[in-house]
Amino acid sequence: MTQGSIPTRHLHTRRHLLQGGLAAGAALAMPGLVRAQSGQPIRIGHLTPRTGFLGPLGEYAVMAAQLAAEEINAAGGIDGRKVELLTEDSVNPQTASSKAERYVERDKVAAIVGEISSASALAIGQVAQRGKTIFLNTGANSDALRGQDCKRYMFHVEGANSMYVKAVGRSLTEGGLVKGKRWYSLTADYAFGHDLLRVAKGFMQGQGGTFAADELVPTDATDFSAYLIKIRQAKPDLVISNLAGNQITNFLKQYAEYGLPFPVAGFGFDTALAWGAGPGNFAGTWPCLWHHKVDTPSAKAFVVAFTKKYGKPPENQAWGDYNAVKIVAKAMADTKSTEGPKLVSYLEGGAKFDVQKPRPGYFRARDHQLISEMYAITALPADKVKDKWDLFTSTPAIPAPNEDMEVLAPTAEEAACKLEG
Amino acid sequence: MLLLTLAVEQVVNGLFLGAIYLLIALGLSLIFSLGGIVNLAHGAFYAIGAYLTIVLSPHLGFGGSIVAAPVLVAVIGLLVERFLFRRFYRADPILSLLLTFGLAMVAEQALRMVFGAPPLPYAIPQALRGQIFVGDFVLSRYRLTILAAVVVAVAGVWVLLQRTTFGRVVRAGVQNPDMVAALGISLKPYMATVVGLSVGLAALAGVMLAPISGVHPAMGAEVLTGAFVVVVIGGLGSFWGVVLAALIVGVVRGLMVLVYPGFAEAAIYALMAFILLVRPRGLLGERILRFE
Repeated sequence: MTQGSIPTRHLHTRRHLLQGGLAAGAALAMPGLVRAQSGQPIRIGHLTPRTGFLGPLGEYAVMAAQLAAEEINAAGGIDGRKVELLTEDSVNPQTASSKAERYVERDKVAAIVGEISSASALAIGQVAQRGKTIFLNTGANSDALRGQDCKRYMFHVEGANSMYVKAVGRSLTEGGLVKGKRWYSLTADYAFGHDLLRVAKGFMQGQGGTFAADELVPTDATDFSAYLIKIRQAKPDLVISNLAGNQITNFLKQYAEYGLPFPVAGFGFDTALAWGAGPGNFAGTWPCLWHHKVDTPSAKAFVVAFTKKYGKPPENQAWGDYNAVKIVAKAMADTKSTEGPKLVSYLEGGAKFDVQKPRPGYFRARDHQLISEMYAITALPADKVKDKWDLFTSTPAIPAPNEDMEVLAPTAEEAACKLEG
Repeated sequence: MLLLTLAVEQVVNGLFLGAIYLLIALGLSLIFSLGGIVNLAHGAFYAIGAYLTIVLSPHLGFGGSIVAAPVLVAVIGLLVERFLFRRFYRADPILSLLLTFGLAMVAEQALRMVFGAPPLPYAIPQALRGQIFVGDFVLSRYRLTILAAVVVAVAGVWVLLQRTTFGRVVRAGVQNPDMVAALGISLKPYMATVVGLSVGLAALAGVMLAPISGVHPAMGAEVLTGAFVVVVIGGLGSFWGVVLAALIVGVVRGLMVLVYPGFAEAAIYALMAFILLVRPRGLLGERILRFE
């Protein structure tokens, strides 16, 4: 199911045929000109789930990637070459893998951008590695992708689970909700959730807290009543969500329905899901990589452009895909190349990028994690909510200006990565 | 004791889930029994009901939209019946299967285009929020209210089918449409009414679930499989079979979430497989001449 991409796809193939023919003709006549031709567009393959419980986030991802591509083309493209964005629904790891393969082998994309599911990102990373094509992961959080499963050609614009845990952990520690406290956690039963739970446990036990219980929730669960009555019996000091996608919306709505008195926090989060729960239902403290209230000039420009085009503000998944496309474009413009190995060296070389936060971001050579600030947000009470998008207050950027940029990122001990190839 | 309290609370929650399945499954069963159409688009009407609530609530309130949304969806159902379903009655079921599968995809995509893929917010009305304490047990005020509303709706359908001339013709049509035709009664208007009523009930389920579940375009597909399981377990053509099956499926699923969440989804399929082995026609399924 590749909704949205079918019509453009046909156009692409037809245009590509024509251009292929012209290029072949030119190659026969003047071989030296082929590399220098500037008219041929640079293809970037976008791949992210559009259906299923991560689908709502995928929609933001696609909108943002398209906006970035349009802005790049409006500004003259990359060295005079237009960006051509291909879009596909990655669906699940098997499909993601075969579609990534098709991007690399048939469409000859210069880069792959996207994904939200950690399991699918791993599959795409393997294809990217084989094809020596860079892959910028914009939404998969699992630490394992930066550790045991890291790949030379895979880079992470999305934060790692341990970054999310440490970012919100600060707020929880300051709120006195960690040391000597009992947590009740609900965890999405797949790669992302398991990894997040592992990191959360490490953090919590290091800080002197205990678990009242931790429950695995199937990703297709829509009814949380059984968990809620168990939570009520357990009387924890804090309810922790390690849930994902639509699960978070359903959980928040039903938590409000039962009116339980325990504070809520989460380690994984997307603002679209808070918006889906709505004022009065959205509760608790949550981490995020970026939100639409971040007060920097480039963040404001992004919010204005996105809102103008789509009629609603961008959320954090949109931030990831927008920046990934911009980073790819800048890397290609700066290196004057679309070749994988050159782009890898450039990104590993510590190039800085404006990522709509106070300080510029950069990729760590060791594990290819984008190092940039994060935020912890807290839900406003329903009577303080002024409009449907501004449901929360935010901490200032973490780490603070006087702190090391890498304090949130996994240490070499937490995630050991061996890059090969 | 603690586990017992939890179990009782969860049985009530399970009954609530079962009630939602029931509203969807009743219509599925009616449309199939009378017209031979396997309506894969049934979940789409449920989703449209939920979205209409969001659109109508600012003007009519929750109370108004719980009536208006199902009525509007029933009207949409009448149009679909008139221009699409009518061509496929008693034809090869594969044709209606393909038609309604396509219809479901069109509806889901249309919702996505109009409202976007991210879930839309919708909250429980203030008056229905919070808990009700019954001795040691804690129950959701909203779920209990909805449960009562479903009982009223289903009782209404039962009265319509069992105690009115309309119902008698429909039941005769399920058993032997040729005989009904020989008596000079055209089934067409009955069929149209049954489709309208059925999709209206599905929409009612959507309205009821909107405040406590994500309202998103794929929500119809989420509930449809569960509703099919209910129809199969209950047995075709049986009103009480569907009621019984919905309650059993709801409670089994609810209790499984308490005991072993990972198996909750699979449990209802295991239950279906078991019942099909023991009673191939379902729990209370009747023999329907046309389909055997």
